[in-house]
Amino acid sequence: MKYLDEYRDARIARALASEIVESATQPWVLMEICGGQTHTIMRYGIDELLPRDLELVHGPGCPVCVTPLETIDKAIELALRPDVILVSYGDMLRVPGSRSDLFRAKAQGADVRIAYSPTEAVKIARSHPGHKVVFLAIGFETTAPANAMAAWQAKREGLTNFSMLVSHVLVPPAIRALMVSASNRVQGFIAPGHVCTVMGCGEYEALVRDFRVPIVVGGFEPVDLLEAILMLVKQLEAGEAKLENQYVRSVSYLGNLPAQQIMNEVFEVADQKWRGIGAIPQSGLRLREEYAIHDANRVFDLVELTVNEPAECIAAQVLQGLKKPPDCPVFGMRCTPENPLGAPMVSAEGACAAYYHYRRHTVAS
Amino acid sequence: MPQAATPETARTIAQLICPTPLPAKDTILLGHGSGGKLSAELIRDVFLPALSNPTLARLDDQAIVNVNGTRLAFTTDSFVVKPLFFPGGDIGSLAVHGTINDLAMGGAIPLFLSAAFIIEEGFPMEDLRRVVNSMHRAAEAAGVQVVTGDTKVLEKGKGDGLFVNTTGIGIVPEGVELSADRARPGDKVLLSGSIGEHGIAILAQREGLEFESAIQSDSAALHTLVADMLRVTGEIRCMRDPTRGGVSSTLNEIAEQSHVGIELEESTITVRDEVRGACELLGLDPMYVANEGKLIAIVAASAADEVLQAMRRHPLGLNSQIIGAVKEENTGLVTMRTALGTTRIVDMLAGDQLPRIC
Repeated sequence: MKYLDEYRDARIARALASEIVESATQPWVLMEICGGQTHTIMRYGIDELLPRDLELVHGPGCPVCVTPLETIDKAIELALRPDVILVSYGDMLRVPGSRSDLFRAKAQGADVRIAYSPTEAVKIARSHPGHKVVFLAIGFETTAPANAMAAWQAKREGLTNFSMLVSHVLVPPAIRALMVSASNRVQGFIAPGHVCTVMGCGEYEALVRDFRVPIVVGGFEPVDLLEAILMLVKQLEAGEAKLENQYVRSVSYLGNLPAQQIMNEVFEVADQKWRGIGAIPQSGLRLREEYAIHDANRVFDLVELTVNEPAECIAAQVLQGLKKPPDCPVFGMRCTPENPLGAPMVSAEGACAAYYHYRRHTVAS
Repeated sequence: MPQAATPETARTIAQLICPTPLPAKDTILLGHGSGGKLSAELIRDVFLPALSNPTLARLDDQAIVNVNGTRLAFTTDSFVVKPLFFPGGDIGSLAVHGTINDLAMGGAIPLFLSAAFIIEEGFPMEDLRRVVNSMHRAAEAAGVQVVTGDTKVLEKGKGDGLFVNTTGIGIVPEGVELSADRARPGDKVLLSGSIGEHGIAILAQREGLEFESAIQSDSAALHTLVADMLRVTGEIRCMRDPTRGGVSSTLNEIAEQSHVGIELEESTITVRDEVRGACELLGLDPMYVANEGKLIAIVAASAADEVLQAMRRHPLGLNSQIIGAVKEENTGLVTMRTALGTTRIVDMLAGDQLPRIC
């Protein structure tokens, strides 16, 4: 299949891996930001092909994992109201809130529906005027334009029964937060290809400049990731810090301008809490004042609550690249994808879940 | 208008301090019907303790019971597929094929079926006729008869159109001994063709996804393929049709029941381009997508090639492959050698596969 086979080609992948081995003369710590990239690394065992002291640490880029518990609790509370239809991306349904999840709410009679696109939620609102339709609008810059489009459509049509429970996060402020942290170990980043397809890679220049850290925008297939790693290693070995784009088949410098325009029209940048990490200034999006009637946080009277993660969960260290999932004493024991104690075990793209699904045989031995 | 949270909700939420794990023991969730870990837990915790007997405890797709020296294979299956009609079949043909296949996986020659219909008030008679005629054609083509049945009608709103249950009886020939606990280190794993077609055909139809060429369900009766395989050797340990939960779940069950490891070779598993494209688009792994016309066989290494050739001579096994081997190490786990030469686990899912957000 075109655009897939050539990026999963074993010969090309092995050639890139041996070039990395030849190029790396010192230990380096690199972070891939996106959960989709972590998933590929684990699924294909890409780290096994790398030099022993070239370390990949896994970033905070799993949108499901970093959605605050409070947002999930609110979604469940809304879903259980008899006049509400709650619409969500599929992988949010299994994510535990503080005492239930949306699957359980559904079993208790809540009307919870899976959508592939947020505009499906608008359709449901249109055809169910007697119900309040709430879309759980989560994600990075990747899902923001489509979510914005749903709110925009609802506003244009005057669909007052449509609202969104928004928990949007942004990548560059998260990288900045990692870099200013005193405990930071990361020396180079693989930036997320899908986020950059929307936003362009230009906005990463400032990070490269401010922290003298190399950033390479990478794709999601094994060859993409190996090539991005090679580009980072070459920069680091040469003492350079540049912004480079490996994912040229999708990412441009300016990105998708119409997508950015609709995002800007509907959302504004705001402080945001990240599950497992905490609050990061100006790292999220919220609906603008003009969209207040489509903002579930304002339409409904929701209880504001703060929930703490279990103390034994080391999610914060994992999401900042300070520890690896198997370093956690409860990994695979009391913390599994069926009973996750923390954010990165929650979604298939979380770092802990990726290790659990693909690697626990090597971890155990 | 803002809605007030009830004081009750406010109080109970405020009492919470940390997220406690959520065991799935209090209510039935959709995942309990997925064929994954939750289904296995339900069987282990609810059904087996209450109904325990040695035949049930084998947990094969069919029960094999001895009646006056004849070994009868006996199985039942309920069909709740939506949509009722899909490219490559409908709920009627699927119900016939599914039950025949459950018998065939025990090596049985299928003979008789029952058919029970649970119908919602208001269901179009024309659709029911289509389903029943399709059952007839499928049964006739497979050489089995529907010899008994039942009908129940539910009030409008209490059912979802039509549910079908089929039960089947067959005879297991002398010397045939197949069971999921018989895989041994050294055995080979054979798969009868490309994977994921049924699940994707249903999903595409249900979600209104259109592809350049429509993906057809692989729904088919496998008993003649099984008969051809059994004819060449007595060294087949076990056969399973990887339906719900796909190839991964079936192999995980075999690994667990036989207390062995199973190692697959990624490059030998065929996925048609349309299915692969749909899976990439939806963020699904074809290894977990349902098949309704494929079988997995665990065969002694010495007989594997001969069985493979017999499979490839049958119209339903043209693309059969040896996809892996049974190992002593990694007991209870399925692992895969990737195209890059690395190894990963092919896990059993907890519930249904969920489309990824991005």
